[in-house]
Amino acid sequence: MASTRQISADPSARFETHAATREAPWVKWTLIVLALSFFALFLLMPLAAVFAEALRKGWSTYFAALVEPDALAAIRLTLIAAGIAVPLNLIFGVAAAWAIAKFTFRGKHFLITLIDLPFSVSPVVAGLVFVLMFGAHGWFGPWLGENDIKIIFAVPGIVLATVFVTFPFVARELIPLMQAQGREEEEAAIVLGANGWRTFWHVTLPNIRWGLLYGIILCNARAMGEFGAVSVVSGHIRGETNTMPLQVEILYNEYQFAAAFAVASLLALLALATLGVKAWVERRAGGARRAARDGASS
Amino acid sequence: MARTTRVLPGFGLALGLTLTWLSLIVLLPLASVFLKASSLSLPEFWSVVSAPRVAASYRLSFGMSFAAASINAVFGLMLAWCLVRYRFPGKRVVDALVDLPFALPTAVAGISLTALYAKNGWIGQYLEPLGIQIAFKPLGVMVALVFIGLPFVVRTVQPVLEDLDTEHEEAAASLGAGRWQTFRHIILPVLLPALLTGFALAFARAVGEYGSVIFIAGNIPMVSEITPLMIITKLEQYDYVGATAVAEVMLLISFALLFVINGLQAWAAKRTGRDR
Repeated sequence: MASTRQISADPSARFETHAATREAPWVKWTLIVLALSFFALFLLMPLAAVFAEALRKGWSTYFAALVEPDALAAIRLTLIAAGIAVPLNLIFGVAAAWAIAKFTFRGKHFLITLIDLPFSVSPVVAGLVFVLMFGAHGWFGPWLGENDIKIIFAVPGIVLATVFVTFPFVARELIPLMQAQGREEEEAAIVLGANGWRTFWHVTLPNIRWGLLYGIILCNARAMGEFGAVSVVSGHIRGETNTMPLQVEILYNEYQFAAAFAVASLLALLALATLGVKAWVERRAGGARRAARDGASS
Repeated sequence: MARTTRVLPGFGLALGLTLTWLSLIVLLPLASVFLKASSLSLPEFWSVVSAPRVAASYRLSFGMSFAAASINAVFGLMLAWCLVRYRFPGKRVVDALVDLPFALPTAVAGISLTALYAKNGWIGQYLEPLGIQIAFKPLGVMVALVFIGLPFVVRTVQPVLEDLDTEHEEAAASLGAGRWQTFRHIILPVLLPALLTGFALAFARAVGEYGSVIFIAGNIPMVSEITPLMIITKLEQYDYVGATAVAEVMLLISFALLFVINGLQAWAAKRTGRDR
């Protein structure tokens, strides 16, 4: 019983059980060995090397590097930047998905393309645009200088750059999901007398919760890990405007390899946690989809 | 356009919020690049963006991005094929870890790849006696770009492979076609738009990539400087106009690639939709 369930849980069984859709064993295993060797060489080894290098000088050096004041300041700044950027883009993403998925209007496809734009812009250019706007020689530079407001080479610039690069994440997860779900359920709720917010909280939100979570964790991973854009606007002031990835760079360029990899290992753990939650959400969402389909067919 | 009465509320609020946020965070800042670059006359602009050192960076960025995306197209397809078609131990972990380059910060990938491919690194120590140097050479750029681009190919090809009907393959087999013939003439044509989309996505990402590359590249002028680094270099010399000119070139290339990718995706949707 358990074994049949396991086979049916792996969709590749439908290919492997038919002579017409399977390859000779030597072909299969050659392909698997080649693909997995590539996978190990380009993905597993870089991941393993982070932890190996971090622990090369032992656990005490490792922990000393993490509680060092500049490292702690970098961790704090990374948490602040992500803590501002993710909620802002969450609100925007839900609003954008609501407008795009639940209503018809002209120029919708163009709007979706514009929302995706930050994904196709080089991170360095993303940082540069804010220097051009708010830097000392930028459009608002003189005015900001007169009023003693610092954006570039300060925390607001880092937050702005982070918001820019993480802009599309939540919206692009939610738009296709909410489009697929249609608007009948919400319309029914409205017709039955619920107001807009009630409808959103009790009808829409439960339907999109996995997609929302998925978008948030990807958005957060990028927000905490962004390097290029933040590097341009940060000014690299130790203990003040260094995020964790920038701290990694500084330590590395000072040949403090063990310390650089120690901070990097925290970011690698964050990446692994992100992938873990992502896989879990995908299985939950996939399971919900399967259940809905089975329910509909029976 | 027939207009039905809107039952759902909140359209004005949601769209207004979307357009405001989009304009403030994305559109206005990007427009500032074009405004700033327009302070140069056309010949001045051209001399900045075609200077030998900048031109060398285009050759490196585009050449290595193309090579990396090609490698990813081959191995990404292979990996997607194995994940969809075969059962093997550890498959779920492999499937989850394919997205590692999306989740791992680029600076972390950069220093880790450099450590691996340096002369005394886990991989570099075996390549050194063969006379192959990767870290601090143009080849290092390619290695970093392969890392960054892999999930784009796997994740665009994989869903198409999963949705593929087996009927055509069974028909081909009953008509006496071998597996390779079937793959070549039945499966590959259906996969092609998705594979090209994945290639284009990996290429587009690679051209703009910065964090993972600068550590391993060595950044030697005319030899191993990527185009995004040219922007940084000009900024560090307070040459804002020069930096903006190069940024404008990169933005125009990004927009062109975005246009190509949208076309490819439309083609892929049409092809798989028709075959389903």
